[in-house]
Order: sequence, then C-alpha cells, then structure tokens
Amino acid sequence: MPTLSMTVNGKPVSGEAEGRTLLVQFLRETLRLTGTHVGCDTSQCGACLVHIDGKAVKSCTTLALACAGASITTIEGLARDGKLHPMQEAFRENHGLQCGFCTPGMIMSAIDMVNRKGTDLDEQTIRHELEGNICRCTGYHNIVKSIAAGAAAMGKEGLRQAAE
Amino acid sequence: MSATGIGARVVRKEDHRFITGKGRYVDDINRPGQSHAYFVRSPHAHATIKSVDASEALKKPGVLAVFTGADIAADKIGGLICGWMIHSKDGSPMKAGAHPALAQGKARYVGDHVAVVIAETLAQARDGAEAVVVDYEELPPLPDMTLATAKGAAAIHAEAPDNIVYNWHLGDKAATDAAFAKAKHVTKLDIVNNRLVPNAMEPRAAIGEYDDGDGVFTLYTTSQNPHVARLVLSAFIGIAPENKLRVIAPDVGGGFGSKIFIYAEETICVWAAKKVGRPVKWTADRTEEFLAVAHGRDHLTHAELALDGDNRILGMRVSTKANLGAYLSTFASSVPTYLYAPLLSGQYNIPSIYCEVDGVYTTTAPVDAYRGAGRPEATYVVERLIEVAARERRMDPTAFREMNFVRQFPHQTPVIMMYDAGNYPLALKTAMDMHDVKTFAQRRSESERRGKLRGLGYSAYIEACGIAPSAAVGSLGAGVGLWESAEVRVNPIGTVEVLTGSHAHGQGHETTFAQVVADRLGIPIENVSIVHGDTDKVQMGMGTYGSRSGAVGISAIVKALDKVVAKGKKVASHVLEASEGDIEFKDGQFQVKGTDKKAGFGDIALQAYIAHKFNGQELEPGLKEGAFYDPTNFTFPAGVHICELEIDPSTGATEIKKWTAVDDFGNVINPMIVEGQVHGGIAQGVGQALAEQAVYDKSGQLLTASYMDYCMPRADDLPSFEIGMITTPAPSNPLGLKGCGEAGAIAAPPAVINAITDALGHEDIAMPATPQAVWRACQKRPSRLAAE
Ligand code: FES
Ligand code: FES
Repeated sequence: MPTLSMTVNGKPVSGEAEGRTLLVQFLRETLRLTGTHVGCDTSQCGACLVHIDGKAVKSCTTLALACAGASITTIEGLARDGKLHPMQEAFRENHGLQCGFCTPGMIMSAIDMVNRKGTDLDEQTIRHELEGNICRCTGYHNIVKSIAAGAAAMGKEGLRQAAE
Repeated sequence: MSATGIGARVVRKEDHRFITGKGRYVDDINRPGQSHAYFVRSPHAHATIKSVDASEALKKPGVLAVFTGADIAADKIGGLICGWMIHSKDGSPMKAGAHPALAQGKARYVGDHVAVVIAETLAQARDGAEAVVVDYEELPPLPDMTLATAKGAAAIHAEAPDNIVYNWHLGDKAATDAAFAKAKHVTKLDIVNNRLVPNAMEPRAAIGEYDDGDGVFTLYTTSQNPHVARLVLSAFIGIAPENKLRVIAPDVGGGFGSKIFIYAEETICVWAAKKVGRPVKWTADRTEEFLAVAHGRDHLTHAELALDGDNRILGMRVSTKANLGAYLSTFASSVPTYLYAPLLSGQYNIPSIYCEVDGVYTTTAPVDAYRGAGRPEATYVVERLIEVAARERRMDPTAFREMNFVRQFPHQTPVIMMYDAGNYPLALKTAMDMHDVKTFAQRRSESERRGKLRGLGYSAYIEACGIAPSAAVGSLGAGVGLWESAEVRVNPIGTVEVLTGSHAHGQGHETTFAQVVADRLGIPIENVSIVHGDTDKVQMGMGTYGSRSGAVGISAIVKALDKVVAKGKKVASHVLEASEGDIEFKDGQFQVKGTDKKAGFGDIALQAYIAHKFNGQELEPGLKEGAFYDPTNFTFPAGVHICELEIDPSTGATEIKKWTAVDDFGNVINPMIVEGQVHGGIAQGVGQALAEQAVYDKSGQLLTASYMDYCMPRADDLPSFEIGMITTPAPSNPLGLKGCGEAGAIAAPPAVINAITDALGHEDIAMPATPQAVWRACQKRPSRLAAE
C-alpha cells in the first residue's frame, strides 16, 4: 500500500492508503479524526465536507491519494488555542444543531461560504449556498441564523485582526 | 425564572462536543481487534432461497466467516419480534409471520438479509459478499397493497394466506352509520399517505463484542431505546440474559422513530462477535439504509364526514389499508391502529367515529413508526376532510373549525382518548393574527398580477404524546409498560448526576433535564450531568419516542428529585437541630421555618455522606434516590399551523412564502429547543407534502434508494418559520409538560396540501405535490387565475 503524506489541521501526517481509499476514510480511520462524517454514498449530503487547500470539498468523493501534499482542515482544526472559531460559536449560540451529525459539514460549508461570499450574508444567499448540505433535524431555520451570525462575527474578527 | 431554570433559553450543554467534531457516534468507535460485517441482501422482492454457497467467499483474503439463516437457526437465535398484539374484528390475533435475522428459505423484499460476511476490513467483507453465490427462485413480487391483496396473490408468509395481517376496527359502527343516515351533507375523500424513508443523517451502525472471560456481550448501537433493545435481544431473541448483555447507545445522529426498532443487523453483530471471537462492526451505507431501515406511513384511505344542516359534524367514517411491509417490525402493528384511529377526532366534537384498518403484508421493507407515527396519518385525514367539507359548504374554513372545536375539558372522544386540557380557538386566533390572515387577499392579488397562484392552508392538529399509561397500553395490546425511570445521585460536594431511561438523539436532554434539576435543587446547571444510553449505568428505561421524554422522562426525574429533597430535609433536621417538619427547602437552601438557621444543598449533601450528625440506624447515610413514573393519561399537544404558498402554474414549482405555527405544548422547559423541534418537524412534514416518496417499481425494486432519487428538503426549499405558543399546562404530570417532538411533522402535511388546493381551486392533488404533479393539477381544470 502506498504511503501518503499531507498536512492536516496544521500538522504533517502520513499513513497508508489503498488506491480506493477515500479521503474521508483516511481521516476517520487512519488519522482517527472522526468529526468528519459520512451521511450518504452519492455526494449529496455534505456531512463529509472538509477544506482542501482552503476550498470546501466533499471528502467522501475524493481519493486519499489525490490529496498527497495537500493542506487539509477538518472540524477538529477550527478551534485555536482552545478558542472556538466564530462560526462554531454561532452554531451553539443560535441552536444551529440538534443531533450534531450534519454539523461539522455545515460549519465547514459555512466558513467556505464566508470565504467566497463575504461576511454580510442574506438569508436567500445562505439557503442557496447550502444546496450541498442536508440536515434532517433543524429544518435549517437555525442553521441559516447561525451562519448569518457566524459570518458577521468573522467579519468583526477580521477587522479586529487587521487592526492588531 | 433564573437564567438557567425552567423556561429559560439555555444554550445547549452538549453542543461543545458536536461543534468541535468530538461527538461520539457508533461509527466513530473502534474496538481492539474489530472485524467488519457486510450483508448479502436479496436482489429480489420475493424469492425462494434454494441454496447459499459461501465456499468462494471463504477463500477471499481477510474473510473470517460467512453466516446464513441456517447458522442462526442452529444457535436457536429467535426471530425479531413485533411487540404489540392487535386483534382483528373477529377477535383473532394478528397473523404474524416469522422474522428471522437472516432469511430462512425465503427472501421477502429487496434488501432482505440473506447472509453476512465477516472480514478483517470492510473492503474485504464487501469483496467476500460479492463472492457469495445465492440460488434464488423468483416468486411474484407484491410491492403494493393492491397487488398483495388481489385474489390469488401469492402468500408472503404462510401464516397470512391472503397477506392480510389484521382487519382491525375501532368505534361504534352502528352509531356512526346512524349519524350518516341523518346527515344533510357528506364529504368524501380518497387519501394517499405517501410512503417515506426516515433518513436520520447518521446511518444505522452497530458493534458487537464478546468478552470470553466473563461471558458478557456488549452492543454499541444507534438506538433510541437501548434498554428495550437489551430486553428484546435477551428475552426474545436469546442472545444472552440481561445481566450478560450491555447495550450502549452513545451519541445518535437522529432517529425520528427509525432507531426505536431492533433490527437484524445489530442482532447479527452481537451474536457473531462470539462466533468469530472478535468485535464485529457494521455501518450502513445510505443505500442499505434506504433498503432496510423501517419506512414510514404508506396508507390508502377512504374517509367520510357527515354534517347536519347547520354544518355541525355528526360523524366520521374511515377505512384504511396500511402497508406493513414484508415483516412486522418492532411496533409496526400499533402504528396504523392504536396510534392512528384514536386521533381521528382531531380538535373537534365528533359524536361518532368508526374506523377500519387492514394491515397488509407486501414485498417491501418493513414499515413502522416515523416521526408522529399514526398521528400524522390521522391528522392528514381529519384536516383534509375538514377543509374540503368547509369548502363544499362554502364556509370559511376557520369559521367551520371554530364552530366544531372542542371547548369543554375534559372531553371524551368516541375513540378512546380523553382530552384533558387545551384551548383550540385561542391557538387559531393567535395564529391568524400572527400570520396576518386579514391581508391575505391583497397578497393573493399581488401574486396573481405576477401570474402566480397563491394559497392559504390551515392545519389544526392534535396528537397524543407522553406515551403512555402502562395499564392503558397494556389493555390495547402493548407488550411493554411505557413508564420511565430516573435516578438522582447527589455527590458529597453537591454535584448531581441524573441517570435517565430516556435517550437523546438531537433533543437536547443534557440541557433541558439539567435545567429542571438545577431549578428544583437551586444549584448551578454546570453542577448537573445527565447520564443516558448505557444499560450498565442506567438500570432500566423505555427510551425516547412519541414525544415522551418530557412528559414521562422528566416527570420521573421530578419524582426522584422530590425524594432527594425529602431526604435532604431529614438530614437538615439533624444538622440544623430542628424538627423535620420545620425545614423548608427553597432556592438551594434548607432553612428552619421562621429563623435564619439554614444550610446549603451542598452542605447537606456532604453531611448526608459523612453521616456524623445522625444515627445511621435511624437515617441511612447517602443521598441518592430513584423513581419510576407511570403517566396517568396521554398528553395532548395541539395547535394551528398556517401555510401560505405560491405556485408558478407554468412550471408547477411551489414556494412556501410564509409559515406560522402556534402550538400548545403545555409548560415549556427551554423554548429555544422546543422551537427547534418544531422547525425540524415542519421541515419533515413539508418534505412529505412536497417532495419525499419511497417508490418501488412493479418488480419490487426500490427506485428511490439514494439522495439522487429520494428528494430530501434542502435549505432553499423552506422558509424561516414564525413560531408562537399558547399554554394550557398538562394536568396529568407534575410540570404540566405535553411534548413537542412530533408536532411539526403532524401539522405540516395538511397545511401544505390545503394551501395548494386553495391555490388550485380544486382538490385533485396527492402528496408529494412535486412540481410535475402540481403542474399537471394546474392543467386539469381552469385555475382560479384563468377563471377570473
Ligand atoms: S458523505 Fe459526502 S456528501 Fe454525503
Ligand atoms: S442536526 Fe441532525 S442532521 Fe443536522
């Protein structure tokens, strides 16, 4: 089996992967990063969403070997020095999760949305951009609220960081 | 109200682990030495299994074992059970065929478990499964009820030669017929309640493990009720006695009923763990989940409503065929009977009701409880009949509802239920005000100017929750009691662990239950931990479904807390040197009445454990109390949902413009969580009404076996919802709770369809009202738009 090296959540990692090993399997089984979930077999639900080199990608449809050398961020890599990412905080504050299964994918998707669309997101944009993520619990109402709030908080934090 | 007490919008304690990726779902768990199971499933809807040849599979790399129905029969592993006995009209018991965990001689639906391959890795197990050769002889597929009940149809189970499991009925037929005989108007409807797949986002999973040293089995499983799973696996399936079987349901990613049941896969994992001497893990992929999880709904109904000359309801007659699938799942028999017909009175005074239900076997996946379980089906019948009757009588649908509402409580319906509290007119009025129904006509004209059809639909639902008084359900055929247990363990420094038999899989119990405890004991919410989901920790429990965790689960906790306080008072009387009767407990302080002598809850807890201040013979040391709570009645959450939508007649696309829900859940512990439950329920109900349907083709293949084909509601299919509440506390439990988990899914479908039919100007549309169906309906008759 080929050995694969990449950077995950800022740390260099390596492990073995078969040709058919999916990135999500490599993350969950080899690296034991089980925050990234599998909710479907057809690339529809977004529970497996991670960032590869800064872009949102469904890790259930990505071969692990194709990610050699890439820099990957998973839900486990968002909090810094014990401080939650503003989007994580926003999901908690706005009751943006119930069973929590879709949540890592939702949060990763939301951050990508802000990266692409900015920090001032209206409801229509958020709903449209969530096309690739399914939640069965929340009816999306509070996810939409969470993302709007998280985006705004990311904007503020960006300003603060720029000022520092 | 304190910031974290009963009624406060407390942010959830459990969220930290979920938002940081540290949730612990079954598939996240790996046991040392674990092997992987993959099931060989029937590709045929109905077939005799002539032979299963595993010889090639066993030669594949990594394959440890292949088991078939013969192996479980040899080990005397019993079949999966249906725990609710239903009797037919003629008094005969339901005709239930055996439900082996691995098929024996016959496969009865596509996805039926024929064999299992256990291997070192999942990929090897899959490869092994490919190499298992099963010789099938196909039998006629019977994927729908019409085919299954046709004359001369093949019997799916020998026990039910005509594929009818039961012909059940409820109500007074003679009285109902008499009501119809004197009716001035009868409204008739044929109603399809479409078949759904629950689709919790976490697919089912299980890990079975066997400890050779102690002879103890452990099962990690995606269950809503681990104790019920243990009971069934022990007492009926015969895996091991209860003291040798530990069932753990850790974080569970949604259930909606589908994880109540005891399935073949977990049964096989725990049994096979001993056979192969290794932990055995199985995780469903989504397609397996579609094929083999218990589906929901699937009723064909003819319903009639009799009115007098003043448009008062005289009677209701309902005849339903309920598809139960190929085997009777754990509670399947109760869903279209006792969870359905007793709700047919809705929020209305209906002097007589008669309902007949035929339960039908088909060659499809088993059908069982899915969010609402019977009550959405009943509400859909009632609220469609009511709406159509009002339209036929040219009455405003709200005025028609108003004049027929139940207004006096308690109210005995003709179908078992005794409604104990409610205020139906107030919910309707509140919802109409919130929704600004008054200005709907303007919004409709504005839509029409843009070539769109706008409709307004109501749903005044009721449900029976807080399931359920044990003696009552026992008399109706349930095999279990439906009480709940709780144990409150106070630690010496005054922190508290509460062990509950309820199970959370998204409901937020770790927060709401802790709010009740913190409120009652006057301690910080951080000092309270809720423990659930492990039969080694919690002695016994009945789990979470039927919106029972508040009304029954929390009531058990409150009962145990009362005992803790009573014991605390005894301890305090020694510590404060006063008579027990003079001790009051308030805001976390034990105080001698009329004095300033007092001691905090933590101090008394410590004194209870060090036991220096009292004689151990008179008063036991320690502070730990348990309780079992058996409810005295169901609870009756009710409310009104209003759906306003717009149809584009050129495409059939339906857009929900505005949704108002006003619910009466009795008292509410955490409104934020309750609103979240309503949102999620509405989304599932809208999914049923507009998008979702499990479709089997004529050969019995499931055409909708992935998210490519089964349309799940997504964020841009839904609006934000306006949620309001009114409160009539439930009189039957100490905190006046009614339950909120299923309301949205029950209320939503008729609200949507009533709105669509309002927009169309005719009633000819069935669920799911997909764009294609709506477009066709738009062509059918001149729309309101064209007519004007
Ligand atoms: S698991 Fe990747 S999209 Fe569903
Ligand atoms: S929170 Fe359960 S699937 Fe989204």
